[in-house]
Amino acid sequence: MDIFNFTRLPALSSFATPIDDVIGWVTVMVGFWFILTEAVFFYFIFKYRKQNSPRAAYITGEEPELFRWISRPHAAVLVFDVFIVVIGVRVWLDVKQTLPPEPVPHVRVIAQQWAWTFVHPGPDAQLGTDDDIKSVDDLHIQTNQKYIWELEAKDVLHSFSVPAMRLKQDAVPGRVIKGWMDANAAGVYEIQCVEICGIGHGLMPGKLYVEDAAQHAAWMQAHTPTARIAAN
Amino acid sequence: MAHAVDHAPAHDDAHGHHEQSFFMTYLWSTDHKMIAKQYMFTGMFMALIGGFFAYAFRMQNAFPGMHVPGFGMVTPSDYNMLVTNHGTIMIFWVAMPVLVAAFGNFLIPLMVGCDDMVFPKLNRLSYQIFLLSAIVLIAGFFVPGGGFGGAWTAYPPLSAVGNYNLTPAGSTFWVLAVALEFVAFLLGGINFITTSMNSRAPGMKLYDIPIVVWTIVIASILFMCSVGPLIAGAIMLLFDQNLGTGFFNPAMGGDPVLWQHLFWFFGHPEVYVVLLPTLGMVAEIICVFARKKLFAYQTVLYTMFGTGILSFTVWAHHQFISGIDPRMANVFTITTLLISVPIAEMLFVYIATLYKGSITLSTPMLWALGFIATFLIGGVTGIYLGTAGSDVYFHDTYFVLAHFHYTFFPIAIIGTFAGVTHWFPKMFGRMLDETLGKLHFWLTIIPFNCIFIPLFFLGLWGEHRRIYSYELFDELWKYQGIRQFATVSLLVMLAAQVIFIFNFFKSLRSGAIASPNPYNANTLEWQCPSPPPHGNFAELPTVYRGPYEYSHPDRKEDFWPQNSPA
Repeated sequence: MDIFNFTRLPALSSFATPIDDVIGWVTVMVGFWFILTEAVFFYFIFKYRKQNSPRAAYITGEEPELFRWISRPHAAVLVFDVFIVVIGVRVWLDVKQTLPPEPVPHVRVIAQQWAWTFVHPGPDAQLGTDDDIKSVDDLHIQTNQKYIWELEAKDVLHSFSVPAMRLKQDAVPGRVIKGWMDANAAGVYEIQCVEICGIGHGLMPGKLYVEDAAQHAAWMQAHTPTARIAAN
Repeated sequence: MAHAVDHAPAHDDAHGHHEQSFFMTYLWSTDHKMIAKQYMFTGMFMALIGGFFAYAFRMQNAFPGMHVPGFGMVTPSDYNMLVTNHGTIMIFWVAMPVLVAAFGNFLIPLMVGCDDMVFPKLNRLSYQIFLLSAIVLIAGFFVPGGGFGGAWTAYPPLSAVGNYNLTPAGSTFWVLAVALEFVAFLLGGINFITTSMNSRAPGMKLYDIPIVVWTIVIASILFMCSVGPLIAGAIMLLFDQNLGTGFFNPAMGGDPVLWQHLFWFFGHPEVYVVLLPTLGMVAEIICVFARKKLFAYQTVLYTMFGTGILSFTVWAHHQFISGIDPRMANVFTITTLLISVPIAEMLFVYIATLYKGSITLSTPMLWALGFIATFLIGGVTGIYLGTAGSDVYFHDTYFVLAHFHYTFFPIAIIGTFAGVTHWFPKMFGRMLDETLGKLHFWLTIIPFNCIFIPLFFLGLWGEHRRIYSYELFDELWKYQGIRQFATVSLLVMLAAQVIFIFNFFKSLRSGAIASPNPYNANTLEWQCPSPPPHGNFAELPTVYRGPYEYSHPDRKEDFWPQNSPA
């Protein structure tokens, strides 16, 4: 169920809906406080205009029966905060702190000024072998298959973002950062670089091709280096 | 020299005085009020540049490739330079000098009832270094390669390596200017804290100090405690840029993420450094125009100290996805959401202050109330970003941009207008035009919301920041009409500022003469002439009560000045 998807994008990954739900619950809770606070605020401005209220009351704010109008909402805000922390941290643990159990295919994502290089594991599902498929700006994955990506940057900071998946991670030179992704629907989706990386920062749109198993196998067969050598 | 500045009470009669050169009066003065005006006018001048930059890049954003009137073609390099320096200028050269330095300088000695800052020459030096920093920043726009374009956060390696940012000279000027600016505010902060604590009028106890003085003191303490790491970082960055060191270069054993920690360890308290003075000014204005005592003064004060301390523990919420250990995100989610409690409490207190008040919707009051109404949007949208689970999606989108404009615009722009319209009679001895003031208010606040509410939605729909043109992004290009709406709203808002400038200078020349206390206010600055002469008070005041004794049941008048014996 994805009643809280306000993004106008598909909920492509298995963590997309949990993230949308965090956004949704936060909206419900802060929306409540926002409407309540603004309503009281504008009501007071209207009610206590000079023409209705020629002389103000003398209130220090230390009277217990009045102060509790501050202290109780303030305690309630804290309770709401605890709730938001719990749902936020639960999703975070899934998205960022855990990796799917091996064996799953790995994909290497290399960012540089101003292009993405993707190294796909090829038919043997292993990175670092002869049948790895390298491509620029196009990433191909199979539906309903978990992948671990290994993110690297060659020069400056970049950030690997797939809005349809709700996936985002900065790429840092000198580090290999791992995370995971999957996709539940075939199609073509957008990849963005969301960390400013110089004058070509806007020129880094990549494409994510999500293919079902048969299409993906066909793509791999057509693009493995061994297949290309045979074709030549 | 001291004699020369003795007679600098107002613009008008300073010109005619034979002993005073223009230079001594306006550029070499040690009078806190003149230094306040120097900061204010410099800050407002910088705001014009920052606003012009916003105009140029928003035009490119909405109408890619157009010849922007007054600027010309915006290249990708220009675009990055414009967004970078718009942010830098608005925070470091507008919010800081106007809110902290101008109002701090003007209000503290008048409100605590003394004749000047404790260290007047240090104060003068502070402004001079600030002016130098502004000149260095602007000079950096004209060096070969153009101004720095690596975002106002200046993350290395982009900011550190000329081959990556293509603006080697511009980036050095930028870092140098920022470092100089910090030195200026360190010097100013020493004065604010010392003067508020040591020069209080006889009888003024700690709980009798007006809240705005406290907020500027707390802001100065926060600034002093947070800026050290960033100055160190700025020096490291200068060395990386120019001497070939590798503090932030992983190939040489450095770490680019280190800069982010140093930057945000300063950068997040900095939000509160500029927020607190505005919160203080808003408190003063609400009390005066609701004729009410501030609700729970001591709670407000301790809440502000608490916010200040807590603000040192939240910085890594800017870095959830930057490559830090993901476990850290949980800690920073908790601390970040905790800070919503004191901020919510302060807004509750302000609203409670309106309860059973007698509210006059004067121009300063409109700005103060406008601050509360809009800052609340900035506050609640921060919850989405402080929660790591939803920040994964929102990080570096227009949602973030809209969020912090809903905090910084109320703080820096609405706060400045609130302060300037409220204290204009005291600063210049004349009243501002109320009709023009209200027109300016509505023509600023409505377009402001029209600019940034749509940007929340663009962010929610996946639009990422600092992109020259969205033509290449199919999922985003279809929203171009919304970008154009935001840009047109910006044009309306910028045009409306002409009303303010006109009102400001017209009232300066021909506004109604202000009495010493035109609003029947209690605090000490209203108990001396408008504008106050050098030395401020003919006879230094003695304080008998707190600053907010409005509508006291024992009094026929609805105000009771702090220095009135009975």
